[in-house]
Amino acid sequence: MLQTNLCGIKLKNPTILASGILGVTKESIDRIGKSGAGAVTLKSLCHEERLGNQNPAMFGYDDVFLNAVGLPGQGIDSAMKDFVRLDNLSVPVVGSIYGYRIEHFGEVAKKMASLKPAMIEVDISCPHLDYGKPYYADPNLTAEVTKIVKKNSGKIPVSIKLSPNVYDIKEIAHAAERAGADAITAINTASGMVIDIDARKPILANRIGGVSGPALKPIAVRCVYEIYETVKIPIIGTGGVTYGKDAIEMIMAGATGIGIGTGIFYRGIGVFKKVCGEMGQWMKKNKVKNLDEIRGAAHK
Amino acid sequence: MTENDCCGGCRTEIPKMLEVSDVINEGKGQTSFFFRQKIECRPGQFIMVWLPGVDEKPMAVSYYNKNEFAFTSQAIGKFTNALEKIKKGGKLGIRGPYGNSFSIQKNACIVAGGVGLSSVSTLIDALKNPLVIYGARTKEHLIYLKRYKNKNMLITTDDGSFGRKGFTTDVLEEVLKNKKNKINIVQTCGPEIMMKKIFDLCQKYKVECEASLERMMKCGFGVCGACMVNDKIACMDGPVFNSRQLNKLPEFGNFSRLKSGRKVTLKEYHSIHN
Repeated sequence: MLQTNLCGIKLKNPTILASGILGVTKESIDRIGKSGAGAVTLKSLCHEERLGNQNPAMFGYDDVFLNAVGLPGQGIDSAMKDFVRLDNLSVPVVGSIYGYRIEHFGEVAKKMASLKPAMIEVDISCPHLDYGKPYYADPNLTAEVTKIVKKNSGKIPVSIKLSPNVYDIKEIAHAAERAGADAITAINTASGMVIDIDARKPILANRIGGVSGPALKPIAVRCVYEIYETVKIPIIGTGGVTYGKDAIEMIMAGATGIGIGTGIFYRGIGVFKKVCGEMGQWMKKNKVKNLDEIRGAAHK
Repeated sequence: MTENDCCGGCRTEIPKMLEVSDVINEGKGQTSFFFRQKIECRPGQFIMVWLPGVDEKPMAVSYYNKNEFAFTSQAIGKFTNALEKIKKGGKLGIRGPYGNSFSIQKNACIVAGGVGLSSVSTLIDALKNPLVIYGARTKEHLIYLKRYKNKNMLITTDDGSFGRKGFTTDVLEEVLKNKKNKINIVQTCGPEIMMKKIFDLCQKYKVECEASLERMMKCGFGVCGACMVNDKIACMDGPVFNSRQLNKLPEFGNFSRLKSGRKVTLKEYHSIHN
């Protein structure tokens, strides 16, 4: 009932662990796979080792979660030795990559592809400003990155992960599709800040961070809706999905895959199984046989 | 759709600025910070301590009663040195407690190394009459001597400046060898090399073991993945692991992960972080 075909990858269900949550080691993503996720995304890796930001790097309250971990990672070279290969785990693995300069994206994509992930996701939201603007905010830069990653990834499908912090996400998605992207992941976190009024300081050591959790969901649903109207390639709808009803909503907006990250904070590692169970219940009650029946339903 | 259908979130893990109600000097560069605040805490759990503008780090809850709790810090780095400047009446951001806890069992032997004693102190307080083996480098590094003067405590120092000269592991082996001691479980916190030796001794003498592991932590609530030990999340599945679990953690006593997530030997880890 929940089986999903994403760029030719057969998923037992549409839920995908989003990048940045628990995806540091191979054993942790295998555990998430065994706990019910349809696919798992590694924490993003670039061409070098990075320590990330100081703590506090993440916290949550009510429907809001903030993080500014600052892209820590062991670097792709170290990861190649650590992971060896990514096609022998309990679930399909999405390798998330980024770089500082455009050529870095190519180099990291090539190395990631050698580990044989089911898909490569490109985080173009990194804050490096070597080209005057962040990659996610400029359709030409997005296209350049997409092209070089595609060129270096062989037959592995490539998804470009977009940021909501732009004036028009449609033109960015369109640029990625024209440059050869196989899918769009939407969205990354929304930029935000929380100040502790007793400490009189922003709580995050980095001051500014990314907002996720249920508060992000309406923004994510809007972005997926707009992108679905603009491109033909599948969308991995990510942002605030916590319950089965959220996943159904995302699919009605046009998503094929459903990213879940902060959902783990609210409901534990069992969130994938719980969301799938709730989706199944809803489908039964509403006599929906498969997800294709409702995909993009909100557009009709 | 579920019992939690009332809202999306309903979970709050955010630092709360609390006033330091007391500061106690426990030894050279070792300080306990008290808060007059009621918390729910089990032996072995930890809190995240935020010093605005500096850092946020995990600290074991070292004193705990109805209306008060404390943590004990050893000044070894930028964060812990900055903490030393906090006086009574100052404020620190606290969240937690997090993690699992030690089990409460009869005939327990507690083995602590260095400031690791602060991670088992609430366990010692919760037990009736545990045997405590406590070791530190020198007399100056020993803490809680007054607090535990009435406890059944065997003390070692590496240089012999207090108690017996030698290591906690030597004393533990003698204790375990003598079946009359009827030790049912060994519960430990300290340098991981020491805990690994203790675990091996427990295996040899067929005694249950629980060890509290330390790893790089960011969130403290099982989301970021920084503190993985094989497939276990140290902050949430741990920090306390039992014999059955330790047996399945080849990284225990051998490897840890740096802030970047790169896996290194414990030796390399300590050369970078101490």
